[in-house]
Amino acid sequence: MASLSHKDLLSIEQLSVEEINLILDTAEALREVSDRPVKKVPALRGKTVINLFFEPSTRTRSSFELAEKRLSADILNFSASTSSVSKGETLLDTAHNLEAMAPDIIVIRHESAGASHLLGRECRSSVVNAGDGMHEHPTQALLDGLTVRTVKGRLEGLKIAIIGDIAHSRVARSDTLLFHKMGADVWICGPPTLIPWDFDKLGARITGHIEEAIEGSDVVMMLRIQHERQNEAFIPSTREYYNIYGLTRERMRLAKKDTIVMHPGPMNRGVEIDSDVADADYSVILNQVANGVATRMAVLYLLSGNAGLKVKRSSR
Amino acid sequence: MKKIKGRLLMTAAEIDLVLARIAAEIVEKLGPRDEFAIIGIRRRGVPLAQRLCQKIEATLKRPIPLGILDITLYRDDLTTISNRPMLRETLIDFDINDLSLVLVDDVLYTGRTIRAALDGLVDLGRPKRVQLAVLIDRGNRELPIQADYVGKHVETAEDETVEVRLTEEDQEERVVLLKRPQPSPAAEE
Repeated sequence: MASLSHKDLLSIEQLSVEEINLILDTAEALREVSDRPVKKVPALRGKTVINLFFEPSTRTRSSFELAEKRLSADILNFSASTSSVSKGETLLDTAHNLEAMAPDIIVIRHESAGASHLLGRECRSSVVNAGDGMHEHPTQALLDGLTVRTVKGRLEGLKIAIIGDIAHSRVARSDTLLFHKMGADVWICGPPTLIPWDFDKLGARITGHIEEAIEGSDVVMMLRIQHERQNEAFIPSTREYYNIYGLTRERMRLAKKDTIVMHPGPMNRGVEIDSDVADADYSVILNQVANGVATRMAVLYLLSGNAGLKVKRSSR
Repeated sequence: MKKIKGRLLMTAAEIDLVLARIAAEIVEKLGPRDEFAIIGIRRRGVPLAQRLCQKIEATLKRPIPLGILDITLYRDDLTTISNRPMLRETLIDFDINDLSLVLVDDVLYTGRTIRAALDGLVDLGRPKRVQLAVLIDRGNRELPIQADYVGKHVETAEDETVEVRLTEEDQEERVVLLKRPQPSPAAEE
């Protein structure tokens, strides 16, 4: 029997190597569903999934929505602008109100780190973290893991460079945790103002020189500058950023011959990545999107039996 | 030889004979005229389907498409069991529309696996007809489903388990009737 021992998927940190492999194997099996003429299986029929998005998101939300629909779940979408949150309701009250509608799974994206943990603690439903502030974005890391594993056949022993705005990136944190757990050699690189220096505790090697990060790498993962999370100037200009940290064809020559380029999106062409790199043969950016649906289907499928598992309820 | 618990229903040689007979029946019924394919149900339907396919190809001297169906997503007990059964990929890389299909499984029991398999096939297209071949029919059906090709009919009680062991999956080959149901779900999954 294959199962996740958790009610919720909140972080990569909580997952064991076996559980990560289980999710990736399941996602691999589910990829085929999206190639069918009828892209629907009845595995989550009669289950209700609430998508609770407090932050704007197109990619992740549509990816989750598609995954839910392909598993035949019933879906309810809430976004911050149309919900009572804009009328001053607290997250906890929102959670209790949603819980009263008896959903089986709640997918939440929130601008505060730990929001999904709070929900997971309070709710009987399974909670999936679709990004909490600058903390984690576990399903993105899992789909990145699937993408690398599909192309390279393994994760162990690969040199993986994650380059860009590390400090504001939950993707960088989740990716670093996942790739390190799976035995890869993770390098992070960016301007000193955008590097959290405690990333070495997560198992990453840190460098300020993009050449050092790319040299001999199997995977180059670019992240965008998250202007919306910055309230001060971390970089002098995007032009200078491009000159020092942009991924160009010349810089890609330092990587291994069979290297791949990844980007969780949205991409800023001409800032962190050159157009001809983004569109090159070694770019697997669109594979990431396709794998996103399969990965989220896997997570939903594996969690769907776990609602009500080991819930610690706070007194009400 | 290793001592085997339970009642031996089939030896390796008998399994081979029975498969040869089923292969001949399939050729006879569907015949050289019909376009057909063999679909193995995971897990132990798969090696059986492969063997049937080889035997039929040897007779008809033409390739017969072979597919693999995982019925996990179509199980009717997904909402009631908390442990998610392990998913494996469905591999059917040909168009099943207007094709005759022979589903292959090791044991026919309640009929629920076949019900799920039929639902799975319908999502992939509209086959001309679907037939069913099983190594063992052990009775005790819970759904109105029957096999077109049966290796062996066996009278069983509900507290018994038919354990099919195949070289490809289990490194040994035999069919045994066990008195107490094994905790392993392998035989009836």
